[in-house]
Amino acid sequence: MTPDLIYGLTGIAVFGIGLVGALCAQDRLRRVLALKLCSVGAGFLLVVGAWREPPATPDPVPHALVITGIVVMVSATAVALALIRRLQTLEATDER
Amino acid sequence: MSVELSPMILAIFLPLFGAIVAFLMPRMAALIGLGTLAMTTGAVIWLAHEVLVTGAVVLPLGGWGAPLGIDLRADGLSVAMLTLTSAVGFLVSIAALDSLKGADQVRQRQYFWPLWLLLLTGMNGVYLSTDIFNLYVMIEVIALAAVGLTVLSGSRAALQAGLEYMYASILGALLFLMGVGFVYLQLGRLDFAGLSGAAPTGALVAALALIFVGLALKTALFPLHFWLPAAHANATAPASALLSGLVVKAALYIVLRLAQYMPFPSENLLTLVGLMGAGAVIWGGVQALRAERLKLLVAWSTVAQIGLIFVAFARAGELGLTESWKAAALLILAHGIAKAAMFLAAGRIKDEIGHDVIRDLDRTPIRPTLAQFTFALAAISLIGLPPSLGFIGKWALMEGAMAAGYWHWVAVTMVGTLLSVAYFSRVFAGFLRFDRVRAPVGEHQGWALADAAPLTLALMAIGLGLLAAPLLSFLEIGYPFGVAP
Amino acid sequence: MMDAPLLPLFILLTSLLAAPILFALPERAAKLRTAINLGMAALKVALVGWLSLKVSQGVIYDLRFEMLPGLEFKLQADPLAILFIALSAVLWLITTIYSVGYLEHGPHRARFFGFFSLCVAATVGIALSGNLFTFLLFYELLTLATYPLVIHRGTAEALRAGRIYLIYTLAGGLVLLLGTLGLWVLAGTTDFAPGGILADMAAENRLAAQLLFVVLIGALGVKAALVPFHRWLPIAMVAPAPVSALLHAVAVVKAGAFGIMRVVYEVFGIETAQALGMTAPLAALAGITIIYGSIRAITQDDIKKRLAYSTVSQVSYITLGVALASPIAAVGALAHLIHQGLMKITMFMAAGNLAEGLGVKRVSQMDGVGRAMPGTMLAFTLAALGMIGLPPLAGFVSKWYLAQGGLDAGQTWVIALLLGSSLLNAIYFLPMLHRAWFRDAAPEGEGAPGRPRIGWMLAAPPVTTAVLVLVAGGFANAPFSPLEWTRFIVAIEYQE
Repeated sequence: MTPDLIYGLTGIAVFGIGLVGALCAQDRLRRVLALKLCSVGAGFLLVVGAWREPPATPDPVPHALVITGIVVMVSATAVALALIRRLQTLEATDER
Repeated sequence: MSVELSPMILAIFLPLFGAIVAFLMPRMAALIGLGTLAMTTGAVIWLAHEVLVTGAVVLPLGGWGAPLGIDLRADGLSVAMLTLTSAVGFLVSIAALDSLKGADQVRQRQYFWPLWLLLLTGMNGVYLSTDIFNLYVMIEVIALAAVGLTVLSGSRAALQAGLEYMYASILGALLFLMGVGFVYLQLGRLDFAGLSGAAPTGALVAALALIFVGLALKTALFPLHFWLPAAHANATAPASALLSGLVVKAALYIVLRLAQYMPFPSENLLTLVGLMGAGAVIWGGVQALRAERLKLLVAWSTVAQIGLIFVAFARAGELGLTESWKAAALLILAHGIAKAAMFLAAGRIKDEIGHDVIRDLDRTPIRPTLAQFTFALAAISLIGLPPSLGFIGKWALMEGAMAAGYWHWVAVTMVGTLLSVAYFSRVFAGFLRFDRVRAPVGEHQGWALADAAPLTLALMAIGLGLLAAPLLSFLEIGYPFGVAP
Repeated sequence: MMDAPLLPLFILLTSLLAAPILFALPERAAKLRTAINLGMAALKVALVGWLSLKVSQGVIYDLRFEMLPGLEFKLQADPLAILFIALSAVLWLITTIYSVGYLEHGPHRARFFGFFSLCVAATVGIALSGNLFTFLLFYELLTLATYPLVIHRGTAEALRAGRIYLIYTLAGGLVLLLGTLGLWVLAGTTDFAPGGILADMAAENRLAAQLLFVVLIGALGVKAALVPFHRWLPIAMVAPAPVSALLHAVAVVKAGAFGIMRVVYEVFGIETAQALGMTAPLAALAGITIIYGSIRAITQDDIKKRLAYSTVSQVSYITLGVALASPIAAVGALAHLIHQGLMKITMFMAAGNLAEGLGVKRVSQMDGVGRAMPGTMLAFTLAALGMIGLPPLAGFVSKWYLAQGGLDAGQTWVIALLLGSSLLNAIYFLPMLHRAWFRDAAPEGEGAPGRPRIGWMLAAPPVTTAVLVLVAGGFANAPFSPLEWTRFIVAIEYQE
């Protein structure tokens, strides 16, 4: 079992756990966290794929993809959290 | 180094800057919004002219070409989608000026414009990209703006629906990203040209399958459609028009492009896609029959129509793919225009009557006849009655399926047509029934300038059917499918 | 006079463009609306007359517009088209006058006349279609334009009837789409040509051709009220009388019969249809419909429903004549298209007058109406006698040719059928006439005391068409009579 394979499988496993969580979680915050886990898994896989045998440097393109992905994910998470916050406020005022 | 001012760059960056400026100056948001829209439309027309004259136009951004750099490319199909976006967007914006004028809608008025312009940026970016990672970024921009538009009204239902949309969107984007990553790991490049030359190894097909599932989530293909009906039904009318008319089209466009460039999808894969489409047609139709509110019915109709577009795609199997895309493209254009018209008309009806419960449409003496007429016209194109563009698309679908012997797709299309007649007739009956109203019913009520925009869109949907032949020859410029130079 | 190549398009546009104007007029603008309606109708009659003249002189009209690669929207004006379009134009003018009178002070007149205009545009388009694809386009437009007219009154009953109407006609339209697609895929073209375009294809692929025939005739049979697709016609009688008069006795039902004619003569060709073995079953089906319609008519007490079943029966004479594969029968069929139209519209308008003027809607209420409304009832009587087949009225002429055609084709059962059908017609029409003329009005209630007041707009049209019935029959051998024109057409269709 090469390190490559282990890392790759880990990435897929993390993605899978996140996916299951996203589909099954009832709590809104848990869902968002699960989706973040998915993104971690995806990023992991990409970084693993960027590794090259020394003395070659790792391929920078997947790194760029991962960084962009992180930025996108952060904004999406921010929007999701804002929505959750607002929903909680509305629900609280409705119950009162 | 001189900076070339290309209409393609303008089409993407003008709305972006416009969005920022409109956000920073909320009191003048509408003015900035319309101004930017006008300029962007000008750029699109310029681009269309160039494409007509010289064929497909390619621009390497920053002077760095593919595969490392990002190219922008405009062929017939891209320009058609850009024009669809501009035309529909322009008319929806005019309708938005009127429908968002309430005293309690100040924030809606202000934030509509930056969100819409951001959406426009993303969509124009999608239509001009030749690189799957660029596509990823653009569809994310679209998703964020679209969620913003969904929750614009601020109601609890809208927020709930927007959140569901966000979840589906993020998941779809992540699957897409994974797929993109795998493609890079396999091929070492991310542009379309690289894809078209690649050998269909198992890993590559798996990567493309991931991308497809991500896109299916974004375009609400059955059975991944769960987020759409609530999101589109609970948004305010102009937002719904943009969401149903334009946003789902972006993901559909990407599917169309990838099918051109990726290793040819196998017969089994196409059948699977067609089956999912068939499921959408039937399930969407059945749910629309059961819908109690007008906007929910229209949203389920979108689910059904998207299914039909996928059936069009699979209509003649693997061998017919070089022609099937035309039927799909016609249906995409027809749906974009007609659905936007329908949502705007539904919004007008709701504004005039005060509610949109279908069962009670005929209990009120107020009859916004022009909006109802517009709704009926839009329905004609969506059902697929001649001479609308929807009919021409449906004809192309059925003709191809019949010629190739795929009778099941013909049957699915006919069932879909019957279902759409059934659920739209419920609405028509509500418009035309008079025996349950006590007060006298006035004539020609509720005619407002706001009706002009949806009416124009509905008439376009019907009239473009007559222009289908030139439209098709325009779509073929730059060989979106078939023999690429 | 100059040849105007775009003449068919202009004729189409007169009613197509009138529609949005009529929709937009406010309810109060009654005089303007009437002026536009009558003006357009008169213009149409004039243009159609000009077109007929040109076509009889041998001018060819062929207008094409490409909608999809290879698929054309095509208008043509051949003699068969002239037959149908002349009937439509003349009857539209008369029915417009009648409608204006009937709906005076009624609600939603703007909507009514707008859709009325669209209906006529669709009928004209059907007549002038040069290929099955164009025919399909206008066929669907006809369905869409007639639906709001059927449900005009807006009551629950009207909506229920409208829903059934829509289901039948749209389903028929969908099957027609299927058939048109099939024709396109199998033959590469959907053009109408005398003698048909499927001779070669039918020889190669007999089963496919037979299936196509069944699909197309079945789809057209819905509008043409062939058994078992006839159910919508009596139900659609909830529509106001002018609607029933023009559309369901003349335009919609005739469009179906006209379509059957086009398909049998100009898509398949009469010889190919015979060779495929499809004409005999079609003739049998027509025969069944003729008898069934008449039997059902006998049991109906509602006047309009009785007339509706009579239409079911009578329109199938046309289908019978087409299916008999004899030129003489074809003459009878085509002539009956005109004659039945004239007779039936007279009867529906008369029935409308009875309802409006006297409140009489059922046969059992018809005692003594002859005295109360003599003009209307005279018209009704002439038309009824024509239906039964009394010479020298128009109905006799067409039945005579059909009988001769049956002999000519070696199908002698046709004569028995026609005699039987005439007998049945007598059974359900004569009692109505007897009650009207030979019984006294019920002393209280039913009949209004004294003469009822209906304006000239309601009284004149049925009398006019009744006179036409007399003329078409009595002067059948004159040049430019409907009969002469049909002989001209059949000569063309049977030459190939």
